[in-house]
This record gives sequence, C-alpha cells and structure tokens, in this order.
Amino acid sequence: MITRREFLKISAFASLMGLGGAFGIEALEKKQGKEVIKDIKALKAKRWAMVIDTRKFKTQEDFDKIIKACHKPHNVPEIINPLHEVKWIWTEDYEHSFPGTAEQYISKEVKERKFLLLCNHCDNAPCTRVCPVKATFKREDGITMQDMHRCIGCKFCMAGCPYGARNYNFLPPRDYIKEFNNEYPTRTLGVVEKCTFCNERIDRGLLPYCVEASEGKIIFGDLFDSNSEIRKVLSENIVIRRKVELGTQPMVFYII
Amino acid sequence: MYDGWKIILGLVVFVIIVTLPFTMSVGKTYVQPKPSLDTPEIQKMEKKQCIESKQYMRESHIKLLYSWKDYATREGKRVYIASDGKQYEVSLQKTCMKCHSNKEKFCDECHNYVSVKPYCWDCHIEPKVGGLK
Repeated sequence: MITRREFLKISAFASLMGLGGAFGIEALEKKQGKEVIKDIKALKAKRWAMVIDTRKFKTQEDFDKIIKACHKPHNVPEIINPLHEVKWIWTEDYEHSFPGTAEQYISKEVKERKFLLLCNHCDNAPCTRVCPVKATFKREDGITMQDMHRCIGCKFCMAGCPYGARNYNFLPPRDYIKEFNNEYPTRTLGVVEKCTFCNERIDRGLLPYCVEASEGKIIFGDLFDSNSEIRKVLSENIVIRRKVELGTQPMVFYII
Repeated sequence: MYDGWKIILGLVVFVIIVTLPFTMSVGKTYVQPKPSLDTPEIQKMEKKQCIESKQYMRESHIKLLYSWKDYATREGKRVYIASDGKQYEVSLQKTCMKCHSNKEKFCDECHNYVSVKPYCWDCHIEPKVGGLK
C-alpha cells in the first residue's frame, strides 16, 4: 500500500520531470539564422496620415489612374456586382462621403465633385477592437493592418467599420483578376480585405502606390512630426475628415 | 474468462485495423520523393546554396516560413539575416519561389508523398509553370 507521503513524493517528481522535459525539448530545438530585422531603407513615422486635395482632381481619369495604380499591383479582383465587389480605394460623392455636414446647402460644384475614399487607418479603429482573432490590428506606426493568415471571415470588422472600407471575398477572387502581380499575394475565398496603406512598400522605403500615382494630389507623411510636409499642408488648409463625430480619429484628411 | 471469444475477436479486429497501414503497403514498391532542384535560376547560381543549410531547410522550412509570416505582416520586419550573414527579403513569393520556380516538382513532391496540404497557395501565387488557376 502506498502511503500519502510516498504518493506526494512521486507526483512531485513526476511534475518536475514534465517541466524539465518541456525545457529540454525547447533547448534542443534547432535555431538557425541570426535574426529578422527591419529594412534600413524603411520609412519611419509615429503616425502615418494622408491628405487628399480634392480640388486638384478634375476628371474621372485622375481617379481611375490612382485606383488602377492600387488595385492592379495588389491583385484586387474586379467584380461588377456591388453586392460582391472588392475595393481598396474608390470614389463617392459629397453627400455619401461626408453625411451630416450640411451637405444640402453646399455649392453645386462641391456637391457634384467626387471624393477618393479608402481605409481611414483610424487612430481609434473600431475594426481592430471587434476582431476576435486579432487579424486586424494597429501597427506601431498607426497603420491598421490586416493579417490575411489569421482572418477567419467573421465579418465583425465590416460591421464595425463606419466607412465601408472593408470587403468580404464572397467569390473566389482569383477568378476575377485579369493580370496577376507575381510579387504580391491574392486573397482567398472567405476573408476580409482592405487598404493596408501599402505597408509592404513603406517597409522597403517606398511611398504608397496611390500617393505615387497622384502626382502631388495626395500628401502622405507623419502626423506626429511637426516638421513634416503633411503638417505644413494641414496648417495651411482647412481640412475635414469623414464622420469625426464617431470618435474613430480617421487619419485621412480632405481639403475641400 | 467470461465471454472470452468476444474479447479475442475484438483484439483480432483491433490488431488488424492498427496494422492496416503496414499490411496495405506490403508488395508495393517504395518510391522515394525526389524534390527537383533543376530550375534555370538554381542552375545559374555559382554556389548552389539555399538561405540555410540543406538539413535545416529540410527539417524546419515550415517553422522558418511561419516565423517569416509573423515578422513581415505583424512586425514589419522584412529582412532575414542568415547564419552566414547574408541578407534576404522575407517573402515567399519574392525570395523562396524566385529560385524554386518549380513548385510541382519541388514543394509538391514531398508534400504529396506525406499527404500534407499546406494552404500557402490559396493566396500566395505560385510561379508560372503550370499556370494559374
């Protein structure tokens, strides 16, 4: 018959063995490669933000050029049906872009003007708060990033986002991509996607595609750097943001 | 022994089921998977060396890729410093598949053999040999 004392001794020894085993296996595991680091060319900022000068957009061509410059390299599918469409950057009129800003009284010119919309990379992003798997999260530089590896397609973020910046892949996206960019992945059926502020380009020292294609109509920079170009533009112009009353702190500013 | 025949019958069935993987392959010839390194890109290389040693890549490539995935998408770290000090871009499509442009004869060779189906290719674009779906 085993005594209580003996039983405790044995179980204590066994649990020690268990713990030791875990450490042992960890130590034996091969680690190769020195480390993974940030590119030295990477652009650095505390809070990336964007100013869109809507006065400079004249023709539909101006918009199309920018939308194409984004959608093509990012392998965004072209789906005509608005129920299934996927878009990272798109256009909308004043009334639907800035509701609740006395839109019924504004000038005809502004009323008819189109506005370039995209993910606002909100400082207080509701999408990241509702995501149950942290697939969408805030990077240190303020970019609201979407990790497609983790997304389970629950669509909470789509409900959370007040700007309609998120689209669900209801259809297999590859069937709707005409030309593939082999340097960037596509998405798969059943994940949510959106603009990522071209973080993959920023990490390599390049500006986002839309900024590059806009030829000065879009200004991109560090909002927290008082000497940056974007701060200069913000101090010289009166800007508005979409649905500020919701407290999301959007990082995309519009000069009207 | 009560109900001895039931117990023995049960044991026999159990042993048959457990040994099925072995008994089913009796008589079949063993074909070793041979991932091919014969791509134009690798042929051009002076020193035919992957980013790490062959043994490490063979055993742990999925661990490396998994860590790369997190470093790149979650931390924005996109430069890998290998054991020999060389730097590589952290990217499946732009680094790995640039040399191993023969997915069917390289990746699939072993993956099919051990019946694993990595879902990398649901999103990541494989090099154009067999063409895209």
